[in-house]
Amino acid sequence: MGLLSIFKRRRTFDHGIYPVEHKELTADRPIRRLPFAPELVIPLAQHKGAPAIPLVSVGQEVVRGEPIARADGFVSVPMHAPATGVIRAIALSPTADGPKTQAIFLKVYEAASQEVLYDLERDLDAMGPDEIVAAVQDAGLVGLGGAAFPSHVKMRPPSGRVIETVIVNGCECEPYLTCDHRIMLEQTDALIRGIRLALKATGAKQAIIGVEDNKLDAVAHLRARLSKDLPISAEAVETKYPQGAEKMLIKSLLGKEVPVGGLPADVGVAVYNVGTLAQMGDLLPQGRGLIERVVTVSGPAVDHPGNFLVPIGTPLRFLLEQVGLGDRAGEVILGGPMMGMAVASLDVPVTKAVSGVVALEREDPDLARRKVYPCIKCAECLKACPVSLNPSMLGELALARQYERMADAFHLDQCFECGCCAYVCPSNIPLTQYFRIAKSINRDQKRLKGNG
Amino acid sequence: MARRIEIRTSPHLKRALSVDQIMRNVVFALLPVCTFAIYQFGLSALLLLLTTTGVAIATEWFFARMSQGGNTVADWSVVITGLLLGLTLPPGFPLWMAAVAAFVGVALGKALFGGLGYNVMNPALVGRAFVQAAFPVAITTWTPAFAPNRFSELIPSTLTLPFMQPVPVGDWIAGLELDAWTGATPLALQKFQHVEVPVTEVFTGMIAGSAGETSAILILVCGLWLAAKRMLDWRIPVAVMAGAALTALPFWLLDGSLYPSPWFVLFSGGLMLGAWFMASDMVASPVTASGAILYGLLIGVLTVVIRLFGGLVEGVMYAILLANAAGPLISGWTQPRVYGAIKRARGPK
Repeated sequence: MGLLSIFKRRRTFDHGIYPVEHKELTADRPIRRLPFAPELVIPLAQHKGAPAIPLVSVGQEVVRGEPIARADGFVSVPMHAPATGVIRAIALSPTADGPKTQAIFLKVYEAASQEVLYDLERDLDAMGPDEIVAAVQDAGLVGLGGAAFPSHVKMRPPSGRVIETVIVNGCECEPYLTCDHRIMLEQTDALIRGIRLALKATGAKQAIIGVEDNKLDAVAHLRARLSKDLPISAEAVETKYPQGAEKMLIKSLLGKEVPVGGLPADVGVAVYNVGTLAQMGDLLPQGRGLIERVVTVSGPAVDHPGNFLVPIGTPLRFLLEQVGLGDRAGEVILGGPMMGMAVASLDVPVTKAVSGVVALEREDPDLARRKVYPCIKCAECLKACPVSLNPSMLGELALARQYERMADAFHLDQCFECGCCAYVCPSNIPLTQYFRIAKSINRDQKRLKGNG
Repeated sequence: MARRIEIRTSPHLKRALSVDQIMRNVVFALLPVCTFAIYQFGLSALLLLLTTTGVAIATEWFFARMSQGGNTVADWSVVITGLLLGLTLPPGFPLWMAAVAAFVGVALGKALFGGLGYNVMNPALVGRAFVQAAFPVAITTWTPAFAPNRFSELIPSTLTLPFMQPVPVGDWIAGLELDAWTGATPLALQKFQHVEVPVTEVFTGMIAGSAGETSAILILVCGLWLAAKRMLDWRIPVAVMAGAALTALPFWLLDGSLYPSPWFVLFSGGLMLGAWFMASDMVASPVTASGAILYGLLIGVLTVVIRLFGGLVEGVMYAILLANAAGPLISGWTQPRVYGAIKRARGPK
């Protein structure tokens, strides 16, 4: 950073922040399997798009890997049984987002094996692009980096758009999280298989794996495994938050900007998280579905932090019992501490989009409720905002309840709530939360006008 | 097992830097400047700084109580105002007038607008502008630096009774039996007699002038320290200095005997203190990077224009106040280009 960066320039984007990483807690902990929780809770809406439709009924026995809910249309994915057991109920379950949603409650048999018995062998080389897209949907794959957008949808860009480059996101810019790092080191073959599938399905000419330069071991490891004849390269990018945000990584690697209101496909790019592609490479050859994922469980309030292969639907309470949650625990966050959501209940299950569970200490010195001062126009937020908004002005407008003006004159809709502005604000103004509220009010207003 | 967990909104991490820390560091950066002022002008400068700072704090406290806005003294910003005001006044400035300046600066310049973060102009300069208009004689009465008795007796005008004309200092200065006392600051000498004091002298501060404006080098070092800590936007002072030097350059080239050199312009008068510690006031300057440059240039240009062609000897104060007023407009013009936008974002209409 600072002066040194002038001499040693890594590819990067404008602005951003350098929070303390805390990755040393789990970076060298290999991925370990966890036992099954007595009961798994599989919400039907773990992804963006239409919720899945249950295929099972209460009392029915299911085998690990068996489909238990089907996709409802193209922008939707199916669910698979993460363990062998019996369906206890289909009812409401708490989620991290707040409102309860429909979920399948699966009582796991005590002697249930970790082996997946539900197989459907396939010859990958014989599959055409359309078959891959269908197979990806059947596998229930969504963006495992946290976005949870159905992966197969990104393989079919809007008409008129051509995917030229697949960007493989191995940045993992959130503090504490190391699951993608471990995946790149431990599931390299599956990852490369997944990248080749994505290349074939999208018709892209090249794939670039973008990795923050705090994981140079992963870059070296990937480069050693990539044969020369593959159009796949691994590139180090600067360790800076939010490097792993889709738009930032595209800018860092290709120098292109996704137009306002547009998609990565508008600049010929599809971005996939390394975890998603590793699962793709792992699941597709055997025709399996997504039933578990790698989760980093870390934070100062966790006794034995690590990277774990967690069955989808494992309640946080069970997961945290396995690693030991100290009495000092305050917040339990799904995802990373910058963009993750603090859960209100430990009954919330791990879903497909959960890359990490971070437990912070109560009255964490970093979080001690600090005095909120008026904005002193120090411009730190302008220097931090990765999409070059004016959070200072947006914050003042939010206080004045001028939500429409925020969107019309100051590009509120470009904010993706990365949290950089609130992180740097010396006045401790909860800017990100202001913008979240403003956006939701604007959405409601638009809906009302639309109906009116 | 019932476990109490907490819920907050993201981001769940926060950089450990808050407003009071920034303000405290600005105060620290000003302390060497204050110390030099006291060393140079003695007890009178000490009393002057104590008065402006004390009255500024008291005023802030009073208005915070009136508005039930809680204790806002603890954010340290008002200490900066008090110190800066003291540093811009002549060392022998009557204390009661200094108190008026501090009260007006904080009351009219800050509290009236809503306190910290809402003032349009730099409160210290608002206070100084008020006494410049109210007490034109006292504010241009200069006393020599390094008077031999400066630590044993006060400059006579310091203890002028409230609402009285300042005690004349002519006899006192004559009593010092200094060789080269002309009764004018380097700026005035240059302007009216076209005599340029050597740059080395104005640079190090071995001259007459306002209490804390004389040593350009000291102010520069303190400002650079603050900029290195990223508690000051370097663009503003650099732009002020560039604007001033570039405006002065053609005139000096045209007639060096009549117009001051760019070096002299930079290091004389209040330009350094103004550029590094007053123009850079976060609250009253534009938030955008390009806006900060534009704003700084404007101050530099205006300062030189006032110095060369205005009725006043020094132009920094009015230049900054004018640029402060233009700040929101400049911010509006220079909104950053948003990621993925084709055109520049439109500012406020």
